[in-house]
Amino acid sequence: MAIEKILKDDASEEKGERARMASFVGAISITDLVKTTLGPKGMDKILQSTGRGNEVTVTNDGATILKSLHIDNPAAKVLIDISKVQDDEVGDGTTSVVVLAGELLREAEKLVAAKIHPMTIISGYRMAAECARNALLQRVVDNKENAEKFKSDLMKIAMTTLSSKILSQDKEHFAQLAVDAVMRLKGSTNLEAIQIIKKPGGSLMDSFLDEGFILDKKIGLGQPKRIENAKILVANTAMDTDKVKIYGARVRVDSMSKVAEIEGAEKEKMREKVKKILGHGINCFVNRQLIYNFPEELFADAGILAIEHADFDGIERLALVTGGEIASTFDNPESVKLGHCKLIEEIMIGEDKLIHFSGVEMGQACTIVLRGASHHVLDEAERSLHDALCVLSQTVNDTRVLLGGGWPEMVMAKEVDELARKTPGKKSHAIEAFSRALVAIPTIIADNAGLDSADLVAKLRAEHHKEGCNAGIDVISGSVGDMAELGISEAFKVKQAVLLSATEAAEMILRVDEIITCAPRKREDRM
Amino acid sequence: MALAFDEYGRPFIILKEQEQKTRLSGLEAQKANISAGRAVSRILRTSLGPKGMDKMLQSPDGDVTITNDGATILEQMDVDNQIAKLMVELSRSQDYEIGDGTTGVVVMAGALLEQAERLLERGIHPIRIAEGYEMASRIAVEHLECIAQKFDFGPTNIEPLVQTCMTTLSSKIVNRCKRALAEISVKAVLSVADLERKDVNLDLIKVEGKVGGKLEDTELIYGITVDKDMSHPQMPKQIEDAKIAILTCPFEPPKPKTKHKVDIDTVEKFQTLRQQEQKYFDDMVQKCKEVGATLVICQWGFDDEANHLLMHQNLPAVRWVGGVELELIAIATGGRIVPRFQELTPEKLGRAGLVRERSFGTTKDKMLYIEHCANSRAVTIFIRGGNKMMIEETKRSIHDALCVARNLIRNNFIVYGGGAAEISCSIAVEAAADKYPGVEQYAIRAFADALDAVPMALAENSGLQPIETLSAVKSQQIKENNPHFGIDCNDVGTNDMCEQNVFETLIGKQQQILLATQVVKMILKIDDVISPSDY
Repeated sequence: MAIEKILKDDASEEKGERARMASFVGAISITDLVKTTLGPKGMDKILQSTGRGNEVTVTNDGATILKSLHIDNPAAKVLIDISKVQDDEVGDGTTSVVVLAGELLREAEKLVAAKIHPMTIISGYRMAAECARNALLQRVVDNKENAEKFKSDLMKIAMTTLSSKILSQDKEHFAQLAVDAVMRLKGSTNLEAIQIIKKPGGSLMDSFLDEGFILDKKIGLGQPKRIENAKILVANTAMDTDKVKIYGARVRVDSMSKVAEIEGAEKEKMREKVKKILGHGINCFVNRQLIYNFPEELFADAGILAIEHADFDGIERLALVTGGEIASTFDNPESVKLGHCKLIEEIMIGEDKLIHFSGVEMGQACTIVLRGASHHVLDEAERSLHDALCVLSQTVNDTRVLLGGGWPEMVMAKEVDELARKTPGKKSHAIEAFSRALVAIPTIIADNAGLDSADLVAKLRAEHHKEGCNAGIDVISGSVGDMAELGISEAFKVKQAVLLSATEAAEMILRVDEIITCAPRKREDRM
Repeated sequence: MALAFDEYGRPFIILKEQEQKTRLSGLEAQKANISAGRAVSRILRTSLGPKGMDKMLQSPDGDVTITNDGATILEQMDVDNQIAKLMVELSRSQDYEIGDGTTGVVVMAGALLEQAERLLERGIHPIRIAEGYEMASRIAVEHLECIAQKFDFGPTNIEPLVQTCMTTLSSKIVNRCKRALAEISVKAVLSVADLERKDVNLDLIKVEGKVGGKLEDTELIYGITVDKDMSHPQMPKQIEDAKIAILTCPFEPPKPKTKHKVDIDTVEKFQTLRQQEQKYFDDMVQKCKEVGATLVICQWGFDDEANHLLMHQNLPAVRWVGGVELELIAIATGGRIVPRFQELTPEKLGRAGLVRERSFGTTKDKMLYIEHCANSRAVTIFIRGGNKMMIEETKRSIHDALCVARNLIRNNFIVYGGGAAEISCSIAVEAAADKYPGVEQYAIRAFADALDAVPMALAENSGLQPIETLSAVKSQQIKENNPHFGIDCNDVGTNDMCEQNVFETLIGKQQQILLATQVVKMILKIDDVISPSDY
């Protein structure tokens, strides 16, 4: 019939059951894709970019994997989106959130097949999510008062986060690094103050945290390589020709001698600028922009360390650490705040020379130098460390902590099961399904570790029916273990975000009963 | 295709390239049009009501939108058919005029078309049908006025407004925290409303969203948010009792419009020029400082040197603020937008109680909050949510709620929702039909049947038996002579909408009926469709 032709030619429309099928299939296949990376024995993925050079990334990070995929299925896009948000918001749990949402949808698919209306499923899921969250809230441990204990909590969280990554061999070392770095921030979540420098070479164990600040730059020729009690001027100014900014100005001369004169004036101008800078009584000058040879020579003459072309982040961080302000004009030296540090020296890491500022005034910033066998290892190490740092910095603000290793899921599942028993009506099926989806996470962790998941999870469930149980899956020994003793912890904020975003995403996909895909935009330059 | 021949039997060419056009005429054309219109309304039918489903739309660029809002669905659907486009227009005009009921109006039009098709088959002339519809719509609109109730609220008694907004929000994905969002919307509208003139300028309400956090974190800010940060990382992050200079001129040397050249041919000139240049910056910053500004908001960027000077003078600044935001800031802070430094005077500064920078999550997203403004008439609703689609959908839902609140302020009559108003109108139109002599009677009766379509769809979407429920409610309305009975979508146990607090605005409902009738009339009057063939 002609009536169906209300859309454009290439557009497609899927309705009712078919639409639901399409979104379930899409979402579940995404889940299955990242599922195997979950847990301490999860596997990595190799991603090859389609861009030039076909760069390869090896990673275990859910958000990174999903970001790199080109997906056409709209439901899958929803899942990718939640994973990205999880990354932005709490930094970790990017795989868990997708897996949980996928499991929720998998359960929903069964319910829909059993002729339960999606809206009923949604309201059941909502009740279950609320109940699960309350269950977690009851079991959280908050060690805010006790600094000593809190620090060990942080340490445990860092180790748990890192244990699923490439750094798991040296997790203790890196957990220490991450905790130290975050503790220096003193509650701020500004991770920019933590600089991560990657230098290939050495082993991962050689990575270290430096209390000072390391700038990946070289010191100008003929300038001192080591300065004690440095006064630093951090600047953002042109040290090349210093253009005349008045619009329409141009140089027009009629003889060679005039050119020379103007050149002289220009040089004079620069000399003056340098003199003004020197007037600040500094012995180190760091500029964001280039420093030309001439001013550099002037600085060298004055015995001042001049560093050019430090990028914007570097400048901001340097200003932050040394307590100086970023200056662009130099007319009144008395009111410009200078940065201070005890020692500036050139150090060698591997084969590269770096500038090291130590003994800085503000202890907030620090630098982590990562060493490793190859770029891939370093990139993955950075991502893992970033995850750990994110989680830690969020935990410093929200100090509530939970046990890990599938413990929270089991606690939630138990409570949700109770709720299902109490709830009359069709919703109880949905609530029950929610609990099954929660149990799927420890099951996957066990499966990924090559353990007998059915047996383990059943044991775990039995354990959890005792009061105040701390049982979780101990992947290393392959049995049910006491998570408190093993020191496996997770941040409450991460778990909560996983739970809520996953439910929200599942809800969104469930509500859809029609998918309309517009005709793709025609591209001229198709390859 | 009809061809005309002259006396020698040669065909006249009436249409250019006649062979390449397809042409439908007469009953065939009307039927094709009606079925296209119905196809559109069928898509939206399942989105109606609190238990309505969402639609997932993938745009030509691959972006995904998940929504329940009729106008948005149709807009993104990218329809090709001309009649379908009319339906899209219909939904859009309801959106512009009322802001809510965009799904209902299309479902209504679809039902009217369906009824018209039956009448056409019986051989009733389309114009007569159109006239009958017109009469019936007049009866329905008048009847709505009879059953409408005046609705009292004031700045202190906002509960009724909140209830109405909740009715609107309950059909959206955000119904989890509809109460909170409804309150936010009502407060926002009331703070910008002009209760004397009964008007609300919705432009003063800015709806901003940022991914992350929970939906419950959505907040109402009595002020403005700007997605910018201080131009210099070391400027203070919080300013109390700020006096704001709002500039549209860059911190740069002037650029006269006329073409000119400054020639440098001697060393002296070079030097004077240099000094001049430095003076410019100094003057500019000094000017701002002199009038007493403690914050500079600039539409353009500024040079590193100017930036440092500002920082040096302890004058925080924000750069690259968009034009619309600049205007809003000016309205909120009571400041004037200043296009030239020379015109800066203390009176032209805006005032705000608190300006602060806030950062979110683990990324370095920062936003600037300008609060406690001199003129608190501009407010911002700041939405948080799990993902981008959620935020977009929440924005649309909030927009609907805002529109409803505005309509109530304009005209504080309400009718009962849940299909109660439609059922009541249907009864009234049915009764009135018998009084009209002539063929129109049939059309009027058809109109009454079409009005039943909305409650029917509501019942269907809520998983109830549509015909059974509708007839039960209808007989109840007639028996008790009470227009408050509607469809019990949420399974509360009562179908008295007065008890369930399900309201809709009178003007919204009237507009729905009028707009739907208009479009249907237009479609019915078409009896010839000429379009180019597919290739």
